[in-house]
Amino acid sequence: MVDDQAPGDDKAAKPADGGAPASPEVTPAASPTPAVAKPAAAAAGTKPKPKPKPKAPPEAPKGPTDPPPPDDLERPAYLVALQEALPDAVQAISYWVGDWTVIVPATALLDVARFLRDDDVASFDYCSDVTASDWPPREQRFDVIYCLYSIRRRHRIRIKVRAGETEPVPSVTDVWPAANWLEREMWDMFGVNLTGHPDLRRILMPDNWQGFPQRKDYPLEGPGEFLLESPMEWLRLRNMVDETEME
Amino acid sequence: MATESAAMFDTDELVLNMGPQHPSTHGVLRLVLRLDGERVKDVDVVMGYVHRGIEKLSENRDWTQIILLTDRMDYVAAATNNLGYCETVEKLMEVEVPRRARYIRTILAELQRIASHCLWLGTHAMDIGAMTVFLYAFRERELILDLFEEYCGARLTYNSMRIGGLPLDLPSGWDAKVRAFCDIMDSKVEEYEELLTNNRIWLQRTRGIGVISGPDATALGLCGPPLRGSGVYRDVRKDEPYAAYDEFEFDVPLGTRGDTYDRYLIRLEEFRQSIRIIRQAVDGLPEGPIMGKVPRLLKPKAGETYHAIESPKGELGYFIASDGRSTNPYRFRVRPPSFCNLQGLRPLVIGHLVADVVALIGTLDVVLGEVDR
Repeated sequence: MVDDQAPGDDKAAKPADGGAPASPEVTPAASPTPAVAKPAAAAAGTKPKPKPKPKAPPEAPKGPTDPPPPDDLERPAYLVALQEALPDAVQAISYWVGDWTVIVPATALLDVARFLRDDDVASFDYCSDVTASDWPPREQRFDVIYCLYSIRRRHRIRIKVRAGETEPVPSVTDVWPAANWLEREMWDMFGVNLTGHPDLRRILMPDNWQGFPQRKDYPLEGPGEFLLESPMEWLRLRNMVDETEME
Repeated sequence: MATESAAMFDTDELVLNMGPQHPSTHGVLRLVLRLDGERVKDVDVVMGYVHRGIEKLSENRDWTQIILLTDRMDYVAAATNNLGYCETVEKLMEVEVPRRARYIRTILAELQRIASHCLWLGTHAMDIGAMTVFLYAFRERELILDLFEEYCGARLTYNSMRIGGLPLDLPSGWDAKVRAFCDIMDSKVEEYEELLTNNRIWLQRTRGIGVISGPDATALGLCGPPLRGSGVYRDVRKDEPYAAYDEFEFDVPLGTRGDTYDRYLIRLEEFRQSIRIIRQAVDGLPEGPIMGKVPRLLKPKAGETYHAIESPKGELGYFIASDGRSTNPYRFRVRPPSFCNLQGLRPLVIGHLVADVVALIGTLDVVLGEVDR
């Protein structure tokens, strides 16, 4: 799978190299002389290449790669057990730098969580972390990630649930009480639509905060620095916002 | 008549606000306590006063710049924060770190553990009323800060590691100073024990206070000494070895009762085990390069990983996602041990006296810079 990745990188690198032949093409246009150079460049096929290049940077990544495991890699026993017990729940399995991830639909999350905790082979009794990542262009923009560990069997797994902005994701606090605050923080930062959480309040941000700071479309800098730079402009913008809110 | 007198002596629930500016909350932690007389009936933990958005900031800085942001999380154990972050990126990039660098990292991390536990011991004892220990523990912490200062020039926020290795080799004569420090520390741990371990007041204030069973602690996600205090064998250094820990011998102390006294004994034993690791590492320090083969412009391939280390507070994990095209992480997430341990405060505190709340905050050893990030 590492080999799969490498050619992809080469492709990404090539248009950047292609930028070098493109620049001589600009210089002939500025200097009056050789019209010969132009067709030569076109014949070499450099001309159509630079065109898609400027498009690439603004395009946001469409989502994590979630590479599937290589065929010759043996799947751990707990994954085999999970697939046997809940065959419909496992959408995909991913493997990257030694970490196993199962991707499950939000509707099957609680079943998978209970199975992984209670099954003897798996016995994931310790919920290390609950977090999310945001991939805005994707329809189901959030990846909700549960990092699990088994103290008895000493192995790890990650569960990943894809969710849209309003799509409900059930809380796993009943399965692992540790998830309580971790889910609160995730909700505080991303605004994933958590259902069934016993105490869903903001935890790090102030209670009256608007918006969800860790989303990718949330600005890095608030009005604070802008206010210092140009107070009049800031005031004008703020009044505009106030007016729109009143309407 | 009887009902009338009952009404006269009826106790009302009292809501007491503790913090955020309270000396024993170890930073800006606020607790809203519901009291029945002096007994705590319920507690609501309010935090976020030092939230600086380190996760969001890191997603907009490049991979090397983040190292110095991690210093600011658990600011009494900056070197272990650096270590956890660098190892996670190394795992993501599949970089091999030279053996000498791994040894030095282990020495730094263990020195940091001793420094962090010194700070914990001093403040915890002072919260309970033993003033002397505070001065003693800070005296030894100072020695470690001097060692760090000699190594990297800083005393608190070290920025002491790089992705792929270390920025600096050890100054000449440093290892001899570390050996001398280990000898001093050995006798000082004895001194702390003489002051506290059999002290009647200390025993009464810590024994049977804040008891939590092993299964409960596991389910609540406690980590580090609070989890081991309940008798659960969980130490990332043993279970998922990183740096050079698989090459050293050391023991993992476990508690039996799961109370504040057990957690105290475990941390004291960790002093000794850390000294043992440092001695082995300094004696067996290999020669060689301190920096692995790392490209100048870091750009890990697209992918995600989670990696955890044992910080002085517990399991410090980083979840990092790279999109494979930009020079900063797409998602940077810290699994803060203090945050997860603080979650255990409510079940520990309920039913105890207000005075014990102070002891219980101390026993969890939370650093608010890490809770809030």
